[in-house]
Amino acid sequence: MAVYIKGMGAISPQKTWDDETLLSQAVGYRGNRLTCIEPDYNQWIDARTIRRMSRIIKMGVTAAFMALKEAGVERPDGIITGTGLGCLEDTGIFLMKMTESSEMALNPTPFIQSTHNTIGSQMALLLQCQQYNQTYAHESFSFESALLDASLQLEDYPDQNIVVGGVDEITEISHTVYRRFPVFRREVNNTLTLFESDEPGTIHGEGAAFFVLSGKRGEHDLARIEALTTLYKPDGHQLKTGIKKFLDDAGISPDAIDLVLVGKSGDATHDQETENTTTSFFPSSSIGLFKHLCGEYPTASAFGLWLAARMLQAHHTPDVVVYRDTGRALNNVLLYNPYFGTHHSLILLKSCRDTL
Amino acid sequence: MEKLIADLKKQIVEALNLKHLKPEDIGDDEPLFVEGLGLDSIDALELIVLLQQQYNIKISNPQEGPKIFKSVKTIAAYITAHQTA
Amino acid sequence: MKTRVHVVGAGVISAIGNSQAESLEAFRQETSGIGYMTVLDSIHKNKLPVGEVRLTNQQLSERTGAGAELTRTALLGLHAAQEAKHDSGISSWSQWRTGFISGTTVGGMDKTEDFFLDFIQDTSTGDLGKVVNHACGRSTELIADALGVNHFVSTINTACSSSVNSIIYGARLIAGGKLDIVVAGGTDALTRFTLNGFNSLLILDHAPCRPFDANRGGLNLGEGAGYVVLVSDAVRKHEKLISKCTVSGFANTNDAFHQTASSPDGKGSFAAMQQALLKSGLQPEAIDYINLHGTATLNNDLSEGTAVKRLFGDTIPRVSSTKAFTGHTLGASGGMEAVFSVMAIQHQCVFPNLRFQEPIPEVGIVPQLQFEKGIGVRHVMSNSFGFGGNCSSIIFSAVKNDQA
Repeated sequence: MAVYIKGMGAISPQKTWDDETLLSQAVGYRGNRLTCIEPDYNQWIDARTIRRMSRIIKMGVTAAFMALKEAGVERPDGIITGTGLGCLEDTGIFLMKMTESSEMALNPTPFIQSTHNTIGSQMALLLQCQQYNQTYAHESFSFESALLDASLQLEDYPDQNIVVGGVDEITEISHTVYRRFPVFRREVNNTLTLFESDEPGTIHGEGAAFFVLSGKRGEHDLARIEALTTLYKPDGHQLKTGIKKFLDDAGISPDAIDLVLVGKSGDATHDQETENTTTSFFPSSSIGLFKHLCGEYPTASAFGLWLAARMLQAHHTPDVVVYRDTGRALNNVLLYNPYFGTHHSLILLKSCRDTL
Repeated sequence: MEKLIADLKKQIVEALNLKHLKPEDIGDDEPLFVEGLGLDSIDALELIVLLQQQYNIKISNPQEGPKIFKSVKTIAAYITAHQTA
Repeated sequence: MKTRVHVVGAGVISAIGNSQAESLEAFRQETSGIGYMTVLDSIHKNKLPVGEVRLTNQQLSERTGAGAELTRTALLGLHAAQEAKHDSGISSWSQWRTGFISGTTVGGMDKTEDFFLDFIQDTSTGDLGKVVNHACGRSTELIADALGVNHFVSTINTACSSSVNSIIYGARLIAGGKLDIVVAGGTDALTRFTLNGFNSLLILDHAPCRPFDANRGGLNLGEGAGYVVLVSDAVRKHEKLISKCTVSGFANTNDAFHQTASSPDGKGSFAAMQQALLKSGLQPEAIDYINLHGTATLNNDLSEGTAVKRLFGDTIPRVSSTKAFTGHTLGASGGMEAVFSVMAIQHQCVFPNLRFQEPIPEVGIVPQLQFEKGIGVRHVMSNSFGFGGNCSSIIFSAVKNDQA
């Protein structure tokens, strides 16, 4: 698998668009919920079309348009979306109205917009893209499945440009329900200092990160995706052999990894295991963290990929990301994303600088 | 009738989230679909719900839609003719 | 050389039966599964006919060995997936890289809507056990865990084309050398959410639906699940499996016309069928039977019929929509209809299109009217089109089992 990132767009709880400095002014949040910093969508989407769109649709479509713009691609050859929970806002509106009105006189629009594929199909409609269109909805593997799909497609058709991304939103209802599960901390004074205390529970995040990918090397590629895998409910032994096999298959030794970008979530229940796994496998690599910036959500790995690629592009690790610095230049970055101790994904990236 | 037309315009702008329009921008006889306001079949379904919720008028055959929803004036005329109260 | 992808097992549950054998019997007897609901509770229960599986969650639990508290979507899916696994004759798949890929549109909505009855009164109430399995991926994992598949799991939600896209993804992962065995298809339970949603679109028929008929009046919703077991040449050879057929062609396109409606000329569905043929290397006249999407809405059947006519010209193969039997099972429909397509090849038969009287004037297609057996069925195409313009077609082809 050799997939080149041609362009990216991210809408996240950080200022990840119109930003030249890569997280130099990171935003901290109080509480347990991070909310996206959103652009003026009217600059990206036609007024007639935007009127029906919920926030997740606007976030996803705009992030994809940002990626297309950076890639200089007008119409992609396929659109692959990953979303763990889909269009929660419209789902919630329709469920509430249906329950309150005892199934009488319901507005169709929230129902139409409630299905997960609304985001990708709105892109197809706006871009008039009649080719491959796919939506993965498998919690924290949604984005990984989208990426794997794109890599299969690009193996057969390397010249294509495919839009791939991950997006999830928090709504009032989803946050209210989630808070009743013991997965989030009650209160954090500043999310940027999430890792300074050891408590159970993480923080609730959201975001959209989209990529234009191609199988063909170009002059302005941002980074190259080398390999990808998912590990589903592995025990301790399976996790270790899974990571080892991933590195072996990719033909890279652990000491060649310059930085591991780890999806520790601040949740003491699982973070220690994540830390042990990372440090035992990669004793000489630098370690970076990202979930204090975007929060925990099913497609947080898409934000992680965005960050890893921007870091490779800039040859720089922002201070706010650094967890352990071994002073190595960035050429090979491994994104390791564990999700609530059951779902693990690994994505290997390489720098595209000076190698053409 | 004039009040009904003004009410309808407000309700249409709100129900269809036509944020780029003010109610008074919509002409009484302006075509709502395709060339005029550019509404589509999903909007037609929303208008059916609007009539049911606001005026207690039930249109069970969506094929009647295009005739009734030609313009704000034709909707007002339909409401006037069918209101039971 | 890339491997072929074989179908070695299939399982299905729907309003017409709990297995392949029961479904085949229903087709033979022309026994429709459409009627008023008895399991789901809704104010529409005596007004809107549906294709409901005739088993309660308790019964599904007893038959599958899974907990009755699981979502109906997961229980239906597990029932069909267990049949598919058993049918495949694979003794153990732990030595292979095995994946489970499922399509669903509602996921655990059947339980979430019950949760909301309490939740809207007071947001601190409502049994959280009813929402833990809400996400689409959860139903997939409940089934995968019960089947003992843990190498790869994925879930697709492209509305009504979800489960055919699962099968396509599975076939591509095997052809691409990433997996050896994939159980792929989809599952969806009937819910008030989808029933009211489709009702708000005014496309539900208040009578049993009439696909491809000039006087059709909309669709009936249904529920169920359908999965196929896909394997590579190597697995087939090593496990000495009988191939029911191969997945010979497929395509996924987008109509890019409207959020819910298909374009009048069916450009998306035309492209899906045409590209699937191209991939299979077959000419249109090689197709012996098309299992139509055929929802019985005014819009779908006209659009699909127009596309079929444009692609196949004057030599339209036998076509039928099995939705007159099962109702439209949304995210499960592509998986169920894939199983029916595989059965058509295996039993050399085609299924009738119930309640047809008069062709749609614009297209003039007369579908298959009776159950017919003993005819040559080598290549079957199955169509699944969904909201958001998602269009997919897949082709299954007979294979000689003496070929290694």
